[in-house]
Amino acid sequence: MIVCNNLCKTYINGDVETQAVCGISFRIEKGEFVAIVGPSGSGKSTLMHILGALDTPTGGQYFLEGKEVSRLTDNELSDLRRGKIGFVFQSFNLLPRTTVLQNVMLPLVFSDMPMKKRKAKARETLKYVGLEESKFFNLSNQLSGGQMQRVAVARALINDPSIILADEPTGNLDTRTSRVVMKTFQELNSKGHTIIIITHEMEIAQFARRVISVRDGLIEKDEKN
Amino acid sequence: MIQDLFRETIRSLSGNKARSGLTILGIVIGIASVITMVAIGQGAKSTIESDIESIGSNLIVVMPGAQRVGGISQGAGSSQTLVIEDADAIKSQVQNVKAVAPEASKRYQITAKGTNTNAEVVGTVKDYLVVRNVKMNIGSFFSDQQQKTSAKVAILGPTTRNDLFGVNANPVGQSVKIRNVDFQVVGVTESKGGSGFNNPDSNIFVPLSSAQHFLSGNDYLSDIGVAAADQASMTSVQEQISALLLDRHKISDPTQADFRIMNQNDIIATATSITSTFTILLSSIAGISLLVGGIGIMNMMLTNVTERTREIGLRKAVGLRKKYINLQFLAEAVVLTFLGGAIGIVLGWGASLLVNNFVSLNTRISLSSVFYAFGVSAVVGIVFGFYPARRAANLNPIEALRYE
Repeated sequence: MIVCNNLCKTYINGDVETQAVCGISFRIEKGEFVAIVGPSGSGKSTLMHILGALDTPTGGQYFLEGKEVSRLTDNELSDLRRGKIGFVFQSFNLLPRTTVLQNVMLPLVFSDMPMKKRKAKARETLKYVGLEESKFFNLSNQLSGGQMQRVAVARALINDPSIILADEPTGNLDTRTSRVVMKTFQELNSKGHTIIIITHEMEIAQFARRVISVRDGLIEKDEKN
Repeated sequence: MIQDLFRETIRSLSGNKARSGLTILGIVIGIASVITMVAIGQGAKSTIESDIESIGSNLIVVMPGAQRVGGISQGAGSSQTLVIEDADAIKSQVQNVKAVAPEASKRYQITAKGTNTNAEVVGTVKDYLVVRNVKMNIGSFFSDQQQKTSAKVAILGPTTRNDLFGVNANPVGQSVKIRNVDFQVVGVTESKGGSGFNNPDSNIFVPLSSAQHFLSGNDYLSDIGVAAADQASMTSVQEQISALLLDRHKISDPTQADFRIMNQNDIIATATSITSTFTILLSSIAGISLLVGGIGIMNMMLTNVTERTREIGLRKAVGLRKKYINLQFLAEAVVLTFLGGAIGIVLGWGASLLVNNFVSLNTRISLSSVFYAFGVSAVVGIVFGFYPARRAANLNPIEALRYE
């Protein structure tokens, strides 16, 4: 499903060239649960941006479901992100002063789907990730960290994406809540969702079934748990 | 989609009510002042126009030219070149003439039972009513018969009547003495309300023949008033009169003409151009405040974009196309200016009415200025919203998401 061939990303800042990643190749099949780990500056964030179609590589190829992402235009990248990728961020990135339901419906805005159907779908997805129905009309800033991340996961799932891409999803959570959120990801994976998690904590990576370790822009290890 | 746009805009604007309100205020003041200023300008224009039109409608005045004594001009109107035959010729030979009123006027001291006043005595004919747009209040104007027989009858202007017989008195049947000749009062004209130097309200009207016989003692006219049939024919009537009089006075070179022709349209045009200049001046001052309001919108939108950088990053990450982010911020700016425009129109309308009622200035709200103001506010929104919206749409999603 995901094929990376010799991925390179070089940032040019004035005269200084910084090579964030170079020569990364791997495949991820449908239904996998992968953790990409590495210390800060290892290039894992750059890798995540490329996998999430937020950025394009400067060298090599990236195929998502057989489509070469590095050749797409800005609008095509937008469409790809909307249709195929669900993001979960470290800081949740929920809209403030906005209800849970509205937050989950955000990716559906400006789509052809009628409002009624959007609401139904958002409710369904929220129940799917296990948020109590009493919280649906709470404002996003009235939730606990774990609940917020659940809402963020529901938002990532609403368009039935091919992959869920989580960037340090437990970075802002305590150990107990982290475990709960990771259990949620495991459940989703067992239901067939492909999940990629970026993290620097090995304990978190242990929840995944495959761990890719990145260091200095290269793959150091790629092993199954 | 439009529903989505609307919902998002309302959500975002109501998220910061105080700031949205203050931004709108800038536009409100701009639009309201444009409308009020234009209303004051238009009101002044129509007041002046109707003042001039009350002199008479489609009026052309022929006056004697300057008398030249050995090459020295004695000033306009000093020569005695117009006679009643000229007026008759104009009436019979010039096309599109509705009425002709020859006038011989001069100021005299007027006395009546113990009171006296100084007034312009106008000797004229019955058509004067048509030419000068005069209506009778009490009694009637003198008849053609009285004109032919040099009857000693007089019609008073309301101001003269007030001076001689008391305010709103009915002087019909009484007599006034002009140059020691008794004239019987047969009527009073309706007030024209005008003020100033040549106010018809303070005149006395007598038959032309009586004025020539008993008062001036000669056959010359002080002017000939001509009413053209309609506005469109005024120029042609003026040209015909000019040609006719040149021919009658046996003058071949038009620059040597011994008469002058004044056209009411010329006076109106001059007055209109003055008031138009004032309107432009006033509304451009107001326009500047509208511009400042627009810059306020831009400022707020830029702050908004910076403040919501992460949200924009999120929207981009979940796959919203550039176009929609652009549209969303543009819509916010346009809604702000439209709201401001609508409130400004209401406020400007109210202010115009207040000026009309409490300050002695006529205002006229022109629909075109309302449409113009609304259009301008929309344009201001689009122009000043464009740059912030583009800035939002072009944000890099990765950097936007990291923004603190």
